[in-house]
Amino acid sequence: MSLKSWFHRFGSAPFVYRLCSALAPWFAGAAVLLIIAGLIGGLGLAPEDYLQGDSFRIMYIHFPAAAIGMGGYVAMAFAAAVGFIWHLKIGHAAAAAIAPLGAVFMTLALITGAIWGRPTWGTYWEWGDARLMSSLLLVFLYLGYMALRAAYEERDKGDRVAAVLAVVGVVNVPIIHYSVNWWNTLHQGSTVTRSDPTITGDMLWPLIFTFFGLGLLFAWMTLNRLRGEIVEREQHTRWLQDVLAGTAR
Amino acid sequence: MSVFSAIYMRDLRLHFRKWPELLNPLIFFAVVTTLFPLAMTPERAILQPLGIGVAWVAAFLASLLALDGLFRSDVDDGAMEQLLLSPAPLGVTVLAKIAAHWTASAVPLLVVVPLAALSFRVPLDVLPTMIGALALATPALSVFVALGAALTVSLRTGGSIIGLLVLPLCAPLLIFGARATDLALGGEPVAAPLYFLGALSVLAVSLGPLAVAAGLRVGME
Repeated sequence: MSLKSWFHRFGSAPFVYRLCSALAPWFAGAAVLLIIAGLIGGLGLAPEDYLQGDSFRIMYIHFPAAAIGMGGYVAMAFAAAVGFIWHLKIGHAAAAAIAPLGAVFMTLALITGAIWGRPTWGTYWEWGDARLMSSLLLVFLYLGYMALRAAYEERDKGDRVAAVLAVVGVVNVPIIHYSVNWWNTLHQGSTVTRSDPTITGDMLWPLIFTFFGLGLLFAWMTLNRLRGEIVEREQHTRWLQDVLAGTAR
Repeated sequence: MSVFSAIYMRDLRLHFRKWPELLNPLIFFAVVTTLFPLAMTPERAILQPLGIGVAWVAAFLASLLALDGLFRSDVDDGAMEQLLLSPAPLGVTVLAKIAAHWTASAVPLLVVVPLAALSFRVPLDVLPTMIGALALATPALSVFVALGAALTVSLRTGGSIIGLLVLPLCAPLLIFGARATDLALGGEPVAAPLYFLGALSVLAVSLGPLAVAAGLRVGME
């Protein structure tokens, strides 16, 4: 099946709705299993850090939440760009589905980072640290996308205007990632996402579990929100009436 | 006469025809910078470093006030639709409008902000750095303000949301600009933040008009 046919499939709301409905329970189940396994590993099985003791264990939430916050923004910008360029409404629906979830995950990353920072750095927050500032900026970009979209009465217009904002803001994501290499302020440098990771294996495997577990959780929530967006947009169509009435699948 | 210079001269003429409107952001800036020493202590040791930050933040907030003057009057009298229909690239048109807006609003800021800094007892030898940093930051600032204006051009009550859109994008400009001025206050070399400001301005001026043009087209649909 050609790329073009997949392009048309993913542009069709009934296809995406059915796909989301089919995938959601699997994602939820896998997410729960991976998160539980990861937390047992991270909170119980992984050894103490030689410097930080047990306080490093919040990394098992902090790292995935931050990665999802950043990846979510890229996905949102990509979906909004697809919607803007090819006039595929499903792109805007996907971006609108991701936005609040990405904002929550990024905020969770900032909060868990603050909790981690208090015992290790001596402070909850540090104005002037490049990574903290650009991460906070990402939260504001998420909120700005949602606010701008909500400000327009015509939903399609709001979608397209907010899409411009989403694409402009995506430049911030590589800044967050490379900020610890470019500036040496407070946040420590990369441990995992580098050519020779400086983390030991028995600390790393729970992180991989919680990373994919939280990622699947985010994806599950996004799939459900996307279904809701599709229902809201297509509420007057026949195919949706059939699905909701249970006469079609 | 090129499209750029034609639109630049037209907008510049229109801005200066309504020159009292250009004063509003400057007066706002003066009032805001007056409020801070009234609310805090007028002690020199505290006022100096704080004054730099206050001057920069107030300058950014004042340029938000000038936002409406960019596109609103053209939208209201139908000129914007003609510009959208014209064969000239909308990015060039937008760049000309931003340049005229910068000339009319940012250049007066280059005079007023150092005066405010002086009132905060900032020493004279910091001022060249401050003016240089402002000169490097305000082009990018004008581009971001134009982006905010374009994205809200058809909203009736766009005012409250604009801050949320524009100010996060302007945060790096504020960080580097205030940093450069702080370094100058301490007598240290200021090249690094000034280079960053220059880079941000070049990036904003080269790519920004494309985003602003896209936002305008969508906003005027």
